[in-house]
Amino acid sequence: MPNFIMSYLDSRAALTPGSAGSQFWALIYVLIIFAGVSVAVICMNWLERKALAHFQVRLGPMRVGPHGLLQPIADAIKLMLKEDIIPAEADQFVFWVAPLIGLLAAFTVYTVIPFGPSQAVSDMNIGILFMLGVSSLGVLGIVVAGWASNSHYPLIGALRSSAQMVSYEVAMGLAVVSAILMTSLNTNGTDGTLSMIGIVQAQQQQHIWFIFKLFPLGFIAFAIFAIAMVAETNRAPFDLAEAESELTAGFHTEYSGLRWSLFMLAEYAAMIAVSSIAVTLWLGGWMRPFPNLLHAPAWEFIFSLFPGLTFAGLAAIAFIGTARMSSHSFFKIQRIGLAVFAALLGFIALLLLVIAVVGRSADAGVAAQVAAPFAARFRDGIDHVYWFVLKVAVFMYMFIWYRATWPRYRFDQLMKIGWKVMLPISLGVLILTAIVGMKFS
Amino acid sequence: MNEHKNDASIHSLSNLDLDAPEKTYLDSNELIINMGPQHPATHGVLRVILKLDGEKVLGTECVIGYLHRGVEKIAENRTYTMFNPYVDRMDYVAAVSNGLGYCEAVEKLLNVEAPPRAKYIRVILTELNRIASHQLWLGTHALDIGAMTPLFYTFRDREEILKIFEKYCGARLTTHAFRIGGCQYETYAGFEKDIKNFLTFFAPKIDEYEALLTTNRIWLERTKNVGVISGADCIALGVTGPVLRASGVKWDVRKAQPYAAYSEFDFEIPTGENGDTYDRYMVRMIEMRQSMRIIEQAVNGLPEGPIMGKVPKVIKPPVGEIYHSIEAPKGELGYFIVSDGSTQPYRLRVRPPSFVNLQALDVMVRGLLVADVVAVIGTLDIVLGEVDR
Repeated sequence: MPNFIMSYLDSRAALTPGSAGSQFWALIYVLIIFAGVSVAVICMNWLERKALAHFQVRLGPMRVGPHGLLQPIADAIKLMLKEDIIPAEADQFVFWVAPLIGLLAAFTVYTVIPFGPSQAVSDMNIGILFMLGVSSLGVLGIVVAGWASNSHYPLIGALRSSAQMVSYEVAMGLAVVSAILMTSLNTNGTDGTLSMIGIVQAQQQQHIWFIFKLFPLGFIAFAIFAIAMVAETNRAPFDLAEAESELTAGFHTEYSGLRWSLFMLAEYAAMIAVSSIAVTLWLGGWMRPFPNLLHAPAWEFIFSLFPGLTFAGLAAIAFIGTARMSSHSFFKIQRIGLAVFAALLGFIALLLLVIAVVGRSADAGVAAQVAAPFAARFRDGIDHVYWFVLKVAVFMYMFIWYRATWPRYRFDQLMKIGWKVMLPISLGVLILTAIVGMKFS
Repeated sequence: MNEHKNDASIHSLSNLDLDAPEKTYLDSNELIINMGPQHPATHGVLRVILKLDGEKVLGTECVIGYLHRGVEKIAENRTYTMFNPYVDRMDYVAAVSNGLGYCEAVEKLLNVEAPPRAKYIRVILTELNRIASHQLWLGTHALDIGAMTPLFYTFRDREEILKIFEKYCGARLTTHAFRIGGCQYETYAGFEKDIKNFLTFFAPKIDEYEALLTTNRIWLERTKNVGVISGADCIALGVTGPVLRASGVKWDVRKAQPYAAYSEFDFEIPTGENGDTYDRYMVRMIEMRQSMRIIEQAVNGLPEGPIMGKVPKVIKPPVGEIYHSIEAPKGELGYFIVSDGSTQPYRLRVRPPSFVNLQALDVMVRGLLVADVVAVIGTLDIVLGEVDR
């Protein structure tokens, strides 16, 4: 096998491809992440519509595929086939490029998000700074889209969006800084870090998630970030930029077809990205619960079963859904489809459980099999990604929950909260964290 | 409509100066936005021209007539009986109230009276319709302010009322439930049980709506001190209904000039203090509970007897004119009928509450933000079918 493929795999050190200098593997990781995020957006689309529907006593998509499972794909095809309208009065080039700016900003963030200690494209030493900088570029896409549309509603939407971004970015940044301060609050005298992977490792060394650190300071900073990130991604109750009851569709009023879907893709990708920042900074990133307390091999084994069991649970739900489906011949194809989907989930579950069991024998020292060490590495990777995704999924559910529950804030109220409430609180938390933290040095 | 010459015309709202176009071009402080007639929050085909300074509203002008069907003119070419179904199409959300107002006006003109049982049935259905109308208002109003979920809850529960209507007269929305002189249909078997079931079903549902909104921090911020209008302004503009009562004026036609059987029931008229959107919300929520009280009393005391009064086959009222008004869910709904002694009205004029209440929009939104405009349109509870007729 070519050297550039093997060299990274052979370096047993837990390095990201970027840090190991392997451009080939970095490219592979980028492709995996791009595909993974796109699939996650599609899943999120279906889940949001289903969960929102169930909040609102309706069924949601039910027609395309069993329980509407194929609805996002049908939507994607429809959007791609739709006529791509560019208004005659619009600034053609800027109108064309605006969704791409938003999309690029949303996806570039993923280069530094650590899904595991080595499951990231790169371990940039200024990772969090890079992340904040790039993710706030997303607003440029919105502003430019609103301006280029040459229409009143998009313009107001864009103005709202930029004002919103300015007022929330500050509080968000201060909350992030207080989390970064915490990375240096340890007893062994190491310095703090801006690296995303370093931040998670600092939480591991300090034996605490930063959300619980210096309670309640960590928690307040986390809460500030959790609110600001909803505003940052223009989601309810801060979805002023696209408030459909006021501005018809806000900044993307004039967009249609594929370009419109790019905005949607960027919005969901940005949601996942900011949730990932929150998970990394405050919720221990890829770490499973109690990695230091419960580290006996038995516990390791029990926790490594979680991914497989989750998929088994999903498969069980799908099987129950198949059994509960109407036995009318009209639903025959849907029944078969759902059964196949359930079988697929069950197969993944089985695979994950096998990997966990085989990997365990590697821990136990039964290294006779060639597969065991490889399985152990693979298992660790799956574990890290699993816990990371699980934590992000909780945030995504919260996003849907907010949308189902709350009315929309008004523009001036949003600014008031940003400048008069969140900014002073986050500043206070930062100063208090610094003062309390001084006892460590 | 472009022929306006007075100060409040469209041209004065815009900064268009035809004599000096370059001045117009450079003066970009004010933004004219055309909200509607296709807009998700204008409840139909209302067109509002907004003059904005940034997001601040400097002035508004409502352009109506997109749903004009000439209902009043149609009345002049139909017999009194034939015109009855047309009134359902004005405020299609509260068709039963429209029918009640019309039937009672013609009865007054004919000098006949509906029998007690018919009056009770009328009260029950009209109050059910008031609840249904308020439910639709609540759902759409909350949706305008950004809360999606109440809409689906209210539509789910409104369905139960529409089912009762359907069982009673076969139609869900444009019911045509009443006839001049009484009711055409006797109640169906199980009518009273259905109504009582609905009352027990619905009481906790109002609490459910309130749990989502009444103490919701965002809802309070979006509705308190928004769209304030004083009682004096309301009276000056002719505003009636919950909007008037929320401004502290205790005026309800059901109490002030009792019609149908309303004088026989015990209920209260809720009033607000501040005349803001939140008070109007609370007034309507309490009104739904009061409507349930009225329905309960009416069902329990439903008298036996005929359902049609003595009305001639061909309705030929004596020469004369009559004004009769009732308390529709949206305000005072009045019918002014001039009879020339023939089978057709010489002139029929409707005083629609939505149309009159809409006048208050400009007073209420001046100085507020764009987001408040949709909140105020929602809180006025207009139906464009009734505004335009």
